[in-house]
Amino acid sequence: MQPAASEDAAEARRWVDNEPSGKWFPGIPVAELWAERELALILALKDLKLRYKQTFFGVAWVLLQPLVAVLIFSLVFGRAAGLPTDGIPYPVFAYTGLALWFYFTAAVSSAAQCLLDNKELVAKVYFPRLLAPIASMLPGLVDLAVSLPVIAVFLAIWTVAPGLALLTLPLWVLATVVTALGAGLLLAGLNVRYRDVRFVLGFLIQAWLFATPVVYSISLIKGSWRYLYALNPMASIVAGFRWSIAGGPPPGLEVLVSGGVVVVLLAVGFLYFTHVERSFADVI
Amino acid sequence: MAAGTAIQVQGVSKRYRLGQGPYLTLRESLSRLVHKGSVSKEEVWALRDLSFDVDEGEVLGVIGLNGAGKSTLLKILSRITEPTAGRSRTRGRVGALLEVGTGFHPELTGRENIFLNGVILGLRRSEVTRRLDEIVAFAGVEQFLDTPIKRYSSGMYLRLAFAVAAHVDPDIVIVDEVLAVGDVQFRQRCLGRMSEFAREGRTVVLVSHDLGSINQICERALWLEGGRLRLDGPSAAVVDAYVRDAVPRGAVSTFDPEPNKPIQLLSAAVSAADSDANDVLRRDRPFAVELRFVVRERIPGLSVAFILETSQGVRVLDEDWGPDMGGELLPAALPQAYSARLVVPPVLAPGDYVLVGWVGTQAGAIVQREVLAFSLLPGPVDTSEAVQRNRVVQPGVRWEVEEIEALDVTEPAADSHA
Repeated sequence: MQPAASEDAAEARRWVDNEPSGKWFPGIPVAELWAERELALILALKDLKLRYKQTFFGVAWVLLQPLVAVLIFSLVFGRAAGLPTDGIPYPVFAYTGLALWFYFTAAVSSAAQCLLDNKELVAKVYFPRLLAPIASMLPGLVDLAVSLPVIAVFLAIWTVAPGLALLTLPLWVLATVVTALGAGLLLAGLNVRYRDVRFVLGFLIQAWLFATPVVYSISLIKGSWRYLYALNPMASIVAGFRWSIAGGPPPGLEVLVSGGVVVVLLAVGFLYFTHVERSFADVI
Repeated sequence: MAAGTAIQVQGVSKRYRLGQGPYLTLRESLSRLVHKGSVSKEEVWALRDLSFDVDEGEVLGVIGLNGAGKSTLLKILSRITEPTAGRSRTRGRVGALLEVGTGFHPELTGRENIFLNGVILGLRRSEVTRRLDEIVAFAGVEQFLDTPIKRYSSGMYLRLAFAVAAHVDPDIVIVDEVLAVGDVQFRQRCLGRMSEFAREGRTVVLVSHDLGSINQICERALWLEGGRLRLDGPSAAVVDAYVRDAVPRGAVSTFDPEPNKPIQLLSAAVSAADSDANDVLRRDRPFAVELRFVVRERIPGLSVAFILETSQGVRVLDEDWGPDMGGELLPAALPQAYSARLVVPPVLAPGDYVLVGWVGTQAGAIVQREVLAFSLLPGPVDTSEAVQRNRVVQPGVRWEVEEIEALDVTEPAADSHA
């Protein structure tokens, strides 16, 4: 009799090899990732639990952060700069952009740090390393979910009624997750080797914000410039997310450019991460 | 199931690059791209062409000096890192315990950490839920289950961490030096659980500096030296060969110069006192401790003493060079160097000892500090069980047991009923 006679004992009894992989791209261990999914969940849960421990406002920060930002942006850009918002009241306009943007930056920066934050784990425990950046995508989704009812309240206050476009909302969220994962994988892999990433990350996110229609409208970019602009996938995604909730001009063909970039980014992220992950335990 | 093979290690080598920090800055990396010629860095082979098999249910000990490649081997077996060449194969669920409490977070409660750590060690959450009561009882932290573990004492922390590890359910258990932390009781408990793992028919690979434990738990041992396999065989034979060959013989420590002090220690040494031996410090042979120091001032009544303590802090010797032995240092010239030597008869039990040197007068110590740590090894006849016993002296007592005439035991019994 075998001691570990669980239902998947037969599964666990296969030979597992550890040898130098000669291939440049060793592949994505989908089955293993699925088998270890609980680890991703519990790492995400740990993140959530830790985030607001010993803070005065606690979970209220989930709402306070974007609300304060909305207030500031409304005053600066809505009043002072008088930016066009495609007829959407500025607070609604800003909040729809910011909610998604906050998720994106949180997911990217936590993915970039995920291996260093779990240094001990990487050096002392085997797990499919891809789980760490994937787990980093999850906690922010809770914040995003919490902000949706607040968006609904905003819509009620400024009497904006969403249309059928609302049905596309999950699509934009999914696209954000995929983009964040692509960028996060790349940064996480780089960060183990080059701690420069920590310093670059701040600038990167700032620059990325300016290149994304969060505080301003995508209609500021005219004509075929739009296609160049859409090389930043978050441009189309934020605009699309806002359109699905608050209306305005529907997305155009530039979405295809962004979609292509997302696919390439994700592929490059996976490629780079799986290429360097073998040496993580040695260099971290 | 008949004993199949659980682990195969086939020509495994592992190379680490030295001469650079643990990680590069981007600049260094870019410059390496440009100057392709200058990339050759110092390399170290932590493992070199290592091959062995482990049967299912076998308990294997791995011994060797620091840097022999023991930890690297465990990291490769558990797939934390990959070999540079060769192949390591495992069959079954692998539970690697390279550290007690990996992934514990101080801000989380005991309960949260049990789940976190359990899942990290390869349990499913449902399995942790099923075993939660057992784990909590094993650790004895019932009242503190919902307290953040940063408020735990270090003992509670260790117990909880080990409780989780003790309830994982792997086919192959890989353990690195876990037994080296905590107090004696805790170590005994870890050891007990390891033996249990073995009795349950699991395959166990155990790295330890504690040769007694290796002898006690493992039927087979590997001796690694410089990343290569030096010896593979029954653990008693391997441990014996290792002790004879690899453990440092005696020990010396030297001290930094302190030109302004009236008394300055130069060096301390411990060595086998009988001349025939190959300098191994063994419990069944006398050993000598020696302290060298410089006296720079004339101090009336200056004398010297040695204190010997076990690694648990039990004082076993406190010997001064007393007045009855003419014990006063009267330097002819200043400064004057001295050597004070003391021979300790073979009475102590094997184990780790700390030597404290003392130089001073009736008024008190001028210098008193731990000068040396050393180990007394078991004698050739000591069984591993005898080595494990918790005792300080082992002076070689003489037993006298004999049969004597039978006494009439019924009478006092009848008395007591009256």
